Amino acid sequence: MSVPHLLVHEREDNVGVVVVEGLKAGTKMLCVVTHDNSSFELTANADVPIGHKVALKNLKTGDTAIKYGQDIGKMVGAVKIGDYVHVHNLKTKRW
Amino acid sequence: MTIVANVDLNKNRLATIKGRKIDVPGFKAPVLKKRSTAKNDNVLGWRRENGRVGVRNHVLILPLDDLSNSVCEAVANNIKGTLAIPHAYGRLQFGEDLDIHFRTLIGAGSNPNVAAVVVIGIEDGWTKIIVDGIARTGKPVVGFGIEGVGDIGTIAKASYVAKEFVQWASELQRERCDIGELWVSTKCGESDTTTGLSSCPTVGNMYDKLLPKGIYGVFGETSEITGAEHLCKARAATPEVGERWYAMWKAYQTDVIEQYKTSDLSDSQPTKGNIKGGLSTIEEKALGNLEKIGRNATYIDILQPAEAPAKGPGLYFMDTSSAAAECVTLMAAGGYVVHTFPTGQGNVIGNPIVPVIKITGNPQTMRTMPEHIDVDVSGILRRDMTIPQAGDALIASIVRTSNGRLTAAEALGHREFSMTKLYRSA
Repeated sequence: MSVPHLLVHEREDNVGVVVVEGLKAGTKMLCVVTHDNSSFELTANADVPIGHKVALKNLKTGDTAIKYGQDIGKMVGAVKIGDYVHVHNLKTKRW
Repeated sequence: MTIVANVDLNKNRLATIKGRKIDVPGFKAPVLKKRSTAKNDNVLGWRRENGRVGVRNHVLILPLDDLSNSVCEAVANNIKGTLAIPHAYGRLQFGEDLDIHFRTLIGAGSNPNVAAVVVIGIEDGWTKIIVDGIARTGKPVVGFGIEGVGDIGTIAKASYVAKEFVQWASELQRERCDIGELWVSTKCGESDTTTGLSSCPTVGNMYDKLLPKGIYGVFGETSEITGAEHLCKARAATPEVGERWYAMWKAYQTDVIEQYKTSDLSDSQPTKGNIKGGLSTIEEKALGNLEKIGRNATYIDILQPAEAPAKGPGLYFMDTSSAAAECVTLMAAGGYVVHTFPTGQGNVIGNPIVPVIKITGNPQTMRTMPEHIDVDVSGILRRDMTIPQAGDALIASIVRTSNGRLTAAEALGHREFSMTKLYRSA
């Protein structure tokens, strides 16, 4: 298998993690779901650093971000599929 | 005053120091010899007087309190091969805070990675508490109070004892021990999204393979389970243990977070390093963190900070801070002899008593600060290494480390010994 650009823990996740350095906007990413090794393609809309997240679906403010098949917080800004997701648009529900 | 246990100072050249005879109490520790059943999965360790297996052979110069650090460091400077572990506290503490202080020092001295201990405190009373606590293991331990003697006199007396101890310890031989006799702790640091994908599941895979062989495991970091508490509660061995775990976690939220927070914790949990590494929320961090306990194990008991496990082999949870040095210090005091430490952004922590094995899956960290990493699992992100392969690589590193190979943190001189402090001293 080619080296993936993005890894996703579970099929139901709506965000994935960039696992290569220097990813540029417009890159057609090879994405792999680690749970079952299934793959898909997605175009990144932004330069995203290694370890940072990309939306796998369109998400609106108030939506729950899902990773590991679990709730990791709420969107505080809307994103489109392929957009960069981090502390500027995702916040904990805890504190 | 000199406080002595498990060593007869009158039978060697220490009988008189500066012309004064040293009193030897009649204490005799119970000795429990456990014979090795080692077959295939061997490590070379030191079997201590109480039967436990250690993988290092330190002679500790252990300060009771902050005031005694300079004497301890002077003794360690005089006597090569000994190890002083200075720390910040030990005066006017009380209640649970004092209990944790005593338990941490007694636990550090009792750790099987330690052959013998010289305890030095400003006064005799609390010094004797530490000496007597460590003496229960059966290992040689001598304590000194500085008051009435002064620094210089104490350094001289303690140096004579330390020299005898280190020469004695240097002749102790390693023997073959079963890998199942190791106590292996875990805690991650400077986590990022790669730890949840690679280095934490690597530790989990190690636990899935070694816990069935009889090791003791432990994880902790109470605050960092927040967001995955429902999953952690469900991993208890029994519903009763799960309820006790949940009550402990909940108490931390109300007693600590709610009481002391001045804003939300978004700048502390996740940390700035976590955020730089791509983690956005405490929930995301917690879910990655919990990957360390693998797929199969359930935890059988909940330990107080620095408490030794007492319910036999298996996985334990220890109520600890998520700060790396504090947490690893508490686990070392609990009796764990090897620590496995997944990191994403490159936490550089070590411990004076316990070798800390660093695991990273982040190729950028592997490229920029490789001198800190013992096990490279970045192949998991490239999909050219599986989690089971990474787990095997970690077990191989545990074996080599136990057999004597210095970890990166040991070679770089990292000796962070950080006491947990619950509240202001009196």
